[in-house]
Amino acid sequence: MITAGTPAPDFTLRDQDGEEVSLTDFKGGKVLLVFYPFDFSPVCSDQLSLYQEVKPEIEAKGVTVLGVSVDSPYAHKAFQEKLGIDTALLSDFEPKGAVAAAYGSYLDGLGFANRTLVLVDEEGTVAWAHESPSPGEFPGANVIFDALA
Amino acid sequence: MADLSSAPVPPVGPEDHVRGEGGEGLIVYADLGCPHCAAAWTEIAARPGLIAFRHFPVASKHPRSPALHAAAEAAAAQGEFFAMVDSLYADRGHVDDPHLWERAERLGLDLERFERDRRSPEVAARVRRDFKSGIRAGVTSTPAVFP
Repeated sequence: MITAGTPAPDFTLRDQDGEEVSLTDFKGGKVLLVFYPFDFSPVCSDQLSLYQEVKPEIEAKGVTVLGVSVDSPYAHKAFQEKLGIDTALLSDFEPKGAVAAAYGSYLDGLGFANRTLVLVDEEGTVAWAHESPSPGEFPGANVIFDALA
Repeated sequence: MADLSSAPVPPVGPEDHVRGEGGEGLIVYADLGCPHCAAAWTEIAARPGLIAFRHFPVASKHPRSPALHAAAEAAAAQGEFFAMVDSLYADRGHVDDPHLWERAERLGLDLERFERDRRSPEVAARVRRDFKSGIRAGVTSTPAVFP
């Protein structure tokens, strides 16, 4: 897992609408990257649903939330609509998991990212990162607010 | 803006919705739209001792949850909080507004007041207060039960 103080690897990925999104688009603001295994998986659904509930409070702290998984933009769109969430979901699809790997979150041999939160500061530096002990569990939103305190 | 950083589960207080007394009390964060909560509620509610119910609606998982929690809170204003909770968990197939009105009538509630209360900002704030305490305690799914 990437550690605090490291320059955040830049990336350009397509979102659920097929639009290109780069980390540098958010320079000057904070970004919370939410790496997760798969759209539609039960735990991922719980995680993104819960974070949606506190997204206004996260955004009020000047933070943009971006979900990242190896799914395609089409899957992201369907997932976003199913959950009724408006968090942007980025497609780390080809080369598969390359961004997750750059952040030390990709699980080799399994083909998906572990559940990892990365807070990038206004200068593009990793301010905080948290990796779940396993893909089957996710950190409560309180952990995010602890990092933002 | 309310702080949502980590904090212990608040102890049971006078503003909590409490059923029973004594024993090994439980604090339950639950979502009234959640099927797992409904399944667990039968067992939880039958348990002896104090139970404090706290709102934890996750709308993106259960779109009707905010309305259901508001209905329960509006019923609380007329002394029927747990009757409404029991009713909502016992029959999860009738949760649209007309069904809520029917439930309110069956419970003998003043329907006009119920309707006014469930849409009030005070009720929304009361539900959100519980939700935030659950977030701060690290609740990630429901039902979440604390001794």
